[in-house]
Formats: sequence, structure tokens, C-alpha cells
Amino acid sequence: MRLHQTSCMPPSAAAEPGGASDGSGSRPAIETRSLTKRFGEVAAVDDLSLRVPRGSVYGFLGPNGSGKTTTIRMLLGLVHPTAGDHDILGYPMPARQRDALPRVGSLVEGPAFHPYLSGTANLQRLDAADAHASAATSAARIRSALERVGLGAAAGKRYRAYSLGMKQRLAIAAALLAPRDLLILDEPTNGLDPQGTREVRHLVSALVNDGMTILISSHLLSEIEQICSHIGVMRAGRLVAQGPIHEVQSTQQATVVVRTPDPGRCAQLLREGGLGAVQVTGDVVTGVPSAATLALPEDLVARLVAGQVRVRGFQVETPSLEDFYVSLTGEGFDVRA
Amino acid sequence: MSARKSTPPSHPSKFSARKLAPTLRRDPESSALLRRSDTLRGPRRWLALWRFARSELRLMFGRRRNQAGLVVLALVPILLAVAVKLSPPSRGGGPTFLDQITENGLFVGFTSLTVELTLFLPLAMAMVSGDTIAGEAHVGTLRYLLTVPVSRPRILAVKYFALVVGAFIAVGTVVVLGAVVGSIIFGTGQMTTLSGTQIGLGAGIGRLAVALVYVALGMCALAAIGLFLSTLTEQPIAVTVALMVIVAAMWIVDAVPQLSFLRPWLLVDKWPAFADLMHDPPRWDQMIQGAWVDGAYIVVFLLAAWARFAGKDITS
Repeated sequence: MRLHQTSCMPPSAAAEPGGASDGSGSRPAIETRSLTKRFGEVAAVDDLSLRVPRGSVYGFLGPNGSGKTTTIRMLLGLVHPTAGDHDILGYPMPARQRDALPRVGSLVEGPAFHPYLSGTANLQRLDAADAHASAATSAARIRSALERVGLGAAAGKRYRAYSLGMKQRLAIAAALLAPRDLLILDEPTNGLDPQGTREVRHLVSALVNDGMTILISSHLLSEIEQICSHIGVMRAGRLVAQGPIHEVQSTQQATVVVRTPDPGRCAQLLREGGLGAVQVTGDVVTGVPSAATLALPEDLVARLVAGQVRVRGFQVETPSLEDFYVSLTGEGFDVRA
Repeated sequence: MSARKSTPPSHPSKFSARKLAPTLRRDPESSALLRRSDTLRGPRRWLALWRFARSELRLMFGRRRNQAGLVVLALVPILLAVAVKLSPPSRGGGPTFLDQITENGLFVGFTSLTVELTLFLPLAMAMVSGDTIAGEAHVGTLRYLLTVPVSRPRILAVKYFALVVGAFIAVGTVVVLGAVVGSIIFGTGQMTTLSGTQIGLGAGIGRLAVALVYVALGMCALAAIGLFLSTLTEQPIAVTVALMVIVAAMWIVDAVPQLSFLRPWLLVDKWPAFADLMHDPPRWDQMIQGAWVDGAYIVVFLLAAWARFAGKDITS
């Protein structure tokens, strides 16, 4: 269990999709219907119905081998589904992939570039392959994308001389070469140092503010918790949870923790305030709040203070995403056959 | 290319008013920096294709290994000319045309073709065709090309185009360098055909040019097999080895009299037929037959590559 100050709500969780980012009633950025991929006997992805609303940051979670990358490859038309279908940005795939994919930037299973070309030359190559990209603006867009990910100084260096973090940045730059509506980022912070991770987080926030939808798969649950508005959790090829992050997490019980020199009086007020299972342990009083209380926990503090309870500390303890994730996907290290 | 109206079902224009980073402007039409048309027609479509093809050529010829390979191809005619100059051959020995070199330098071009046809030229084609699909799959760039998006037939077309250009550059290097170096060392005197008659310099150059095109066509057919093999694996070296095994096997079968019934089906059987150009008048029947075989191999293996690649799951 981890403690969260109530005032520290993840900023993106507050920004609801549909409200700020896109017209209501629009079709989701990604929608899959019973998407299934079998490799021989094994169903790598089984009956997947993913729904990524426009303007959301969708955290795509799951242990190694749970089918995340296969799903992403299917979304992008690299792998053909055994059954089911999907839309990207409202376009049926793969029939309209020529219309859909130019609006999608992606990072699939790590960066991949020609080792003996420089960062700039690699981006030039990708841009030249894009039938929709204008050659006249190519240089400006490449420079701008490289600067956006902080690779401006290393642009002329050969790719093989890049560190893992620089390679990762170059892949993100490639995803930003053209204007996009959707970014699909498979482990974008893999190999980045803490500063780099932080920059990616800021970049993602900035991109979402620009109106982009982002699907981001990551093992770093704290990252997901900080930047995502929605999550989907995969286990053994199936989607076991999906929805806005606070809704998904609120299925787990929260606890109010008050630290006070007046525990007896505090416990009484908490009970009167509608909290269940109030317990006193030394100077710590805990209780389980109702949904109404949880919506405005600060009112509880006002009530305590008005009731002459001196409050030293007040926290709403919610189960961390990690606890939630482990409860869904299991503890083990076993890789699925 | 299907024409489409303007924007996807719900493409909001309200963001165009916002201040956005230049790379990320969402409204393509309103951006000064970016001009992205949703429908590409006519010349613009071909320009886009040419841009991709040029980038492919740059990738191929920019690679050090390929440049080194070209240098090796170029060394053979130089070596040949110098060797013949230092010790002129006696009549009748060595590769075809070897003893004519001292009469006319242009024969260095012909002789180099004969010498390089069996191993060096096929090896060069085998190396670059390994790079096409298998090479991109090996480093993982194939998935990023496909998600740009570039359609799969377009990737195959551009890759094969680059191989064709590569074939002409490789054969051209051998022929042109051979002719130039030979002319410098031996001059361009009488050109005696295999029929014993004399032909002029202009006719000689013309026949050399036809030989260039004919041999390059054979290399293009080999490249089509290479492109197909390249769609089967993610290991470029496996393509190179497999293609060389195929070439070697064909030369062996071609040399076994008991298997002569297979010769019309062998790609390599008619490759040396360009030597018929040095008869007077040139004999065309073998070369025409060879060109048909080349063409058939090109069609069959390009179709096979397309059939294989179009539905392939890209898991590299």
C-alpha cells in the first residue's frame, strides 16, 4: 500500500476525455472487436475488445508475453488477426490503413534504425518513404522533431554510436515526424535514465494537451499512474480490466488515515461522518470512507478541525496501481508457454 | 490510390487555432510548414515514389560494404589489362577474347564480363538482395517502413528497382572501366570478330553496350530470385548464401552433359551467350532465348515475392 496525498491527484486523471479534447460522440481512437491472434495452438491475443477514447492517455499494461506487443502489431497492420477486426481513428483496418496510418505515430518493440546512418539520415529515410510528406518541409520537420526529443546535438552522429536512451529518443522523434492524431508507444521509457523518463512524461503531457491520443505500454506502473487517464490490463492474451484509471482503481477500497493527538474524539467524529470500520492505533485513526466522502475528503478535515480535533496528518490511502496490477495478473515469474 | 473526401469522421479543426509545436500541427491544410495532401494523383504520386526510390538507392550505394564490393568488381578489368600487358597471352588459352585484348582495348570489357559472370557479379547481386527485405527485417526497420505507412507492393517495387539499378551499375562498372582501361593501355585498333572479319570502333562500342544490357538483364533475373528469398527470412546472410548455392548448382547442372535436358530451364545457361555478339553478323538466337528465360524468371519470382510478402506477419 502506498500513501497518496489527496491533493496530489494525477493531473491527467482530472482531464476527462470527451470534455476537453474531442467532440463528444466521436468514435474512439482505437476500437477492436474480438481481436484474436493464434500462433499455432496458442492464442497470443484472445477475444480482445480494446477501446481507447479520443484525447486519452491509455496505459496498456500486462506482464511479458501477455500479448501487448502482438496487439500493437495487429493495431498497426503488421500482423494479421486470426479473427475479429478493428478501427483506427474511425477507419476500418486494414482496408483503410493508407488513410489511418499517416495519422498514427508509433514505437513498436524498441527503436530500429539503420546502424550506419546518422540520426538525421535515418529520419530522412523514413520521411522519404512517406508518400504524403512534402520533401520541401522535410528538413525543417526533421530538425524540429530531433530538437523536441533533445537529440539536436547528436543529429549527425551515426545511429550505432547512440546510447540506448538516444536510440529511444530517435524512435520517438520518428513518431513525431508528421502531424499525428494518435501515438502508439510500446515501452517508450525503456532504457532511459530518470531524466529521460521524466522528459518523456512531460512530452506525453504536452502532446495530449495538443489534442493527441496516446496509447502507451509500459512496465513502469508508477509512470502509467502519473500520466494515464485510462488503463487496460492484459493477462495471458485477454483484457482483464479496462476503463478510466480512477474508476478502475476505485473498485479497490480506499482508507482514510488521520494522525492526531486526539484519537478518541477523532474516531467519534469520523464515525459520525459516515466512515466505516474506524480503528484507533496509538495516535493514528483509520476508517473506510463512503464514495461521497471520498469525493471531497478535505471536508472531513474541516469537520475534524471544527470539532476541536488537532490534525497532524491526513491522508487517503488508495491501493497503488502495482497492488491492483498484481491482483489482476498474479505474482509469478512464469512466462506463459 | 483511393480518393478520400477531406478528413476522418471526427477530425476537429478547433486545434488549428492553438499554438502548437511546428512538428505537431494537426490540421494539415492550414499549416504553412506542412503540406500533406490526402489524395495523391498523377505527377505528385510519381514524385513521391521517386523520392522513396532515391532514398533506397542512397541507402544501397551509401553502404560501405557495397562500395567495397563495387571496387572489387572494378579491380578485375584493371588487373586483367595490366596482366595481359605484362605478359601477352599465346593464342588459344585463357578466357574468351583474352587473346584479342592486345589488338583492341575494348576486348578488356568483354573479357572482364566473361571472367566476372560466374562468381563476382552473382555474388554482388546476392549481397544486395539479402539487404532488401531480410536486411530491413533483421535490423527491425521493416516494421517502421510499413507503419509510415508504405504499402507492401510499393516496398517490393522500390526494392526491386534499386536491385535493377544496382545490376546495371555493377555490370556497367565492369564493362565501361574495362573498355576505358583497355583502350588506354592497348589503344583501339582493329577489332577482329570471331568470324575473322573486321568491325569499326563504333560497332564495337555498340556491341559492348548490348552485352552490358544483356548481362545486366541476367543479373536482374537473379535479383528477382534474391528478392523472393529475402521475403522468406530475417537473415540477410541466409539470402546471400542461398542465392549463391542456387547459382553454383545451376552452373554445375549446366556443365553435366547427362542433365542437358534441363539447360533450357536454367537461368545461367544462356548468360555467356553475349559472346555471340562478336560473330559477324552477330548471332541473336541464343541471346533472345536467354532474354526470354531472364524475363520468365523475373515474372515468376516477383509474383512469388509479392504473394509471400503481401500476407506475411511482420514479427521482426
